[in-house]
Amino acid sequence: MSLAQKGRWITLVGLVLLAAVYVRALAFTPLERSQGPAQKIYYLHVPAAIWTETAMILIGLAGIFYLFLRDPRLDRFAEASAEVGTVFATIVLTTGPIWGKPIWGTWWTWDARLTSTLLLFFLYLGYLLLRGAVADPGLRARYAAVLGICGMCLVPFIHLSVFLFRTLHPQPIILKPGKPSLPDSMLVTWLLSFGVFTLLYVGFVVQRYALAQRREEQGEIRA
Amino acid sequence: MAELLAQAWTVARKDLVLEFRTRTALLSAVVFTALVLAVFEFGRDPTAVSALDLAPSILWVTFTFAAMLALNRAFQLELEHGTLEGLLVAPLHRVSLYWGKLLANLVFVGVVEAIGLPLFVLFFDVPVGPVLLPLVGVIALATAGFVTVGTLFSAMVIRTRFAELMLPVLLLPFLIPPLVLAVLATARLLAARPLSESAGYLRLLAAYDIVFLVVASLLFRHTVDQ
Repeated sequence: MSLAQKGRWITLVGLVLLAAVYVRALAFTPLERSQGPAQKIYYLHVPAAIWTETAMILIGLAGIFYLFLRDPRLDRFAEASAEVGTVFATIVLTTGPIWGKPIWGTWWTWDARLTSTLLLFFLYLGYLLLRGAVADPGLRARYAAVLGICGMCLVPFIHLSVFLFRTLHPQPIILKPGKPSLPDSMLVTWLLSFGVFTLLYVGFVVQRYALAQRREEQGEIRA
Repeated sequence: MAELLAQAWTVARKDLVLEFRTRTALLSAVVFTALVLAVFEFGRDPTAVSALDLAPSILWVTFTFAAMLALNRAFQLELEHGTLEGLLVAPLHRVSLYWGKLLANLVFVGVVEAIGLPLFVLFFDVPVGPVLLPLVGVIALATAGFVTVGTLFSAMVIRTRFAELMLPVLLLPFLIPPLVLAVLATARLLAARPLSESAGYLRLLAAYDIVFLVVASLLFRHTVDQ
């Protein structure tokens, strides 16, 4: 089985499991008292948000290793991770407003948390634009690594904003100092959803990596 | 270390001498700053929004744009004159080259800000007198953050397509955290709140400066090496 096929299978399994998690979330997980059904989007929103930040950190780590080892596989991984991260950031930025409209009464507000996610999204776009603007593959990989490392260093500053500013956004209830503060049934649903998103991230990245590999092979044949 | 600093100073002095002999870039940046400040005045309804409410945003948007213009120039000139290769083969440590460029950019942006700040006070009648010293401190901390990241990126974008556009696209996401912190601190200061209220913002600004100075010093050689 080729790498692209493996990636497609992982993604397929991930999508089926995502549907299963949502059956559990909608039918077998209790309603949240104050938010009602709107809270269900949480199982999509938060795992996507965590993977948006994690993907950026992985890009940065791949960048550090690339600068030392000069292994093109690391650069291909960073490229794949950046595109998948962009997709996940888009999920966060679309599910957020859908939840915000009934709960806050507005699609968008310039709240620290929202602004910082938007920032991360722009960071991803900038990264992809930079990759598109450099013709030489070696130089592109090096520049991308530099920007990726800087991006990784920016993530903590973005994340700190939640704790620093007064914000409308709900405070983190799972990734925070101390124990997660939600009922076990919700926590289980959430953890399953997080697992599914991890699977989806891996599936997407493997597919995108295989694509980058093919492109390079094709480029070599042409040259 | 002393040698690195001495080399950095040589690079910075070269750039600054060049700059102050021609003065074209500096004058353009100052005029640009004055224009942006004036544009803001037309962009608000003076009867509805008081100048003081808008002042921190005006100040910081103006300084960010002015800094961006200045940064575009640092390596562009070297590339145009074909002197970048010369700098790279010179017996000069890469870190010194970065620090030299950083220092020259800091002076350049500092001069623009030193002219921009009085203009801002004049145009918007902002009472900066009692908080001048802390305000200058906030400006210095935030500017150091902008220019540290900006100098690194400007070395990178010169060899990309659409370099002039690429720099702001890459840089703005990095400028927003220091910008937000600077605006919050400035607003507190201009509202005559005690300095201790802004201490958290200032600490985070300083942390940002240190983190990115270290990161950029380590990464710089990867942006200029052939």
